[in-house]
Amino acid sequence: MRERELSSAPKRRIAPTVWILAIWTFLFVALPLLYVIGITFLEKDDVWGITNVFTLENYKNLFSAVYGKVFLDSFLVAIATTVLTLLIGYPFAYFTAKFPPRVRSFIVLLLMTPFWINSLLRLNGWIILLKANGVVNVSLQALGLIDEPLKILYNNGAMMLGMVYALLPFMITSIYNSVEKLDWTVVEASRDLGASPFKAFCTVTVPLTVPGIVAGCVLVFVPSMGLFFISDLLGGGKTLLLGNLIKNEFMQARNWPMGATLSIAMLVFTTVFIYLYKKVTGAKTLGGLR
Amino acid sequence: MKRTNTWRSKLFVLLVLLFNYLPIIVVVVYSFNASKYGNWEGFSLEWYEKLFRNTQIMRSLKNSLFLAVSSCALSILIGTAGAVGMAKSRFRAQNLLENVSLIPMMLPEIILGMAYLSFFSILQVPFGMVTLIIAHTTFCVPYIFINVQSRLVGLDPAYVEAARDLGATQTRAFYDVTLPLITPAIISGALLAFAMSMDDVVISFFVTGTTSNTLPLQVYSMLKMGVTPEVNALCTLMLLVVFGAIGVFYLLSSLRRKAR
Repeated sequence: MRERELSSAPKRRIAPTVWILAIWTFLFVALPLLYVIGITFLEKDDVWGITNVFTLENYKNLFSAVYGKVFLDSFLVAIATTVLTLLIGYPFAYFTAKFPPRVRSFIVLLLMTPFWINSLLRLNGWIILLKANGVVNVSLQALGLIDEPLKILYNNGAMMLGMVYALLPFMITSIYNSVEKLDWTVVEASRDLGASPFKAFCTVTVPLTVPGIVAGCVLVFVPSMGLFFISDLLGGGKTLLLGNLIKNEFMQARNWPMGATLSIAMLVFTTVFIYLYKKVTGAKTLGGLR
Repeated sequence: MKRTNTWRSKLFVLLVLLFNYLPIIVVVVYSFNASKYGNWEGFSLEWYEKLFRNTQIMRSLKNSLFLAVSSCALSILIGTAGAVGMAKSRFRAQNLLENVSLIPMMLPEIILGMAYLSFFSILQVPFGMVTLIIAHTTFCVPYIFINVQSRLVGLDPAYVEAARDLGATQTRAFYDVTLPLITPAIISGALLAFAMSMDDVVISFFVTGTTSNTLPLQVYSMLKMGVTPEVNALCTLMLLVVFGAIGVFYLLSSLRRKAR
């Protein structure tokens, strides 16, 4: 019946319910984003945020030393976060996939459960651990290992810890999905043909799980540039990330056009990565990007 | 080939899981600490009492729940209608519409947040619950849409055809056949959307008003201010709810398995 319908029906057919999605998408996705692109070409106004004067100054400013440094810093933090989560996440996912099914699903459940609790509440745990009169310092002092509290909170190390902590599960689940689907007989074949376990891992297992690796890297890399609250709360705002800068341009400097321009730059940046992701994996969407 | 783990790899998995739970364990323990600071001064329920007396936190919790429920409901409506409609439609802009509607999922949150801030200001929409619901609904829709869409793809069209052949109207066939079949997909999408909404800091930060503080925003400002043991108590309670929900879920699914 479906075939009949398809062949007899006119080429163009829009089910009425599509309009619900179409109207919402147009009003609250397309329009706001087009508007943001629009205001990148306008001059700033101290009271209202924007004026109606056309300018390309904002784009020129992107390449100024101050903004350039933030871009570089964000990029480095994002790369470092991605590499660290990959280094921890890959072995974790790989070992997990080797456990018997029941244990495997239990580990995944354990890993994902904290995700149902607000991330800020979990970051609070790190603050308690790391602050001057926090758990780590108090225990080290009690053990007599240190006299003065260590300054381990409000620096880049603490910020990186927070980033890795917040984004590691995204890396793990992406890679895990890939490793779990892995055809182990292929690995076995390479071992039978004389490859050492290490060589089999490098030349067979890793290439077969590239889609998971790439997906995980995108899922970690993209948000790591925008998570301003981690840099604020754990890093003490010492490193200004792109997310912090955009937030400041909007909330404090009230330079909306510059904030918008920075966002567009970030968008172009991330689009390249998402494009690469789609290219490698052939997937249509990024599940669970947030 | 035997797929087994050495003790070293088992230890590694254990350590990573510990890393995952370390801050949570600390929070739970310190929610019962009589002292505000790092040292342990004995068991106390003081922070729980303070938590329930803290009207700001309680109001923000209520706001967050209201927000999550209403944006979930709206996004279920929009996402399901969209996915079901798209499956039946063929038009030129179809791919474009699908891609644009999925943008909120792929965009760094901060961009969506600032887009709404500037967009709603120019339209002079007052910031508050309405703007929050619009923003949260928008980023929740893709989760429902994708889930329902992938379920529809795997659905045998023969079911709907049979209903139609037996004389059901299109609407009737949808409610009696399609909807029950896609309900699990809607629920799993909605759960994810609910969690996303309850967790969102970045987008809410840009679109909230003076009276509509959400829980994450409240916690954010409290953490910025400094020592806040009430937050530990709150975290512990939420943990209890989450573990309870997961426990019930597993119990139900294992009961259902046994019943079969």
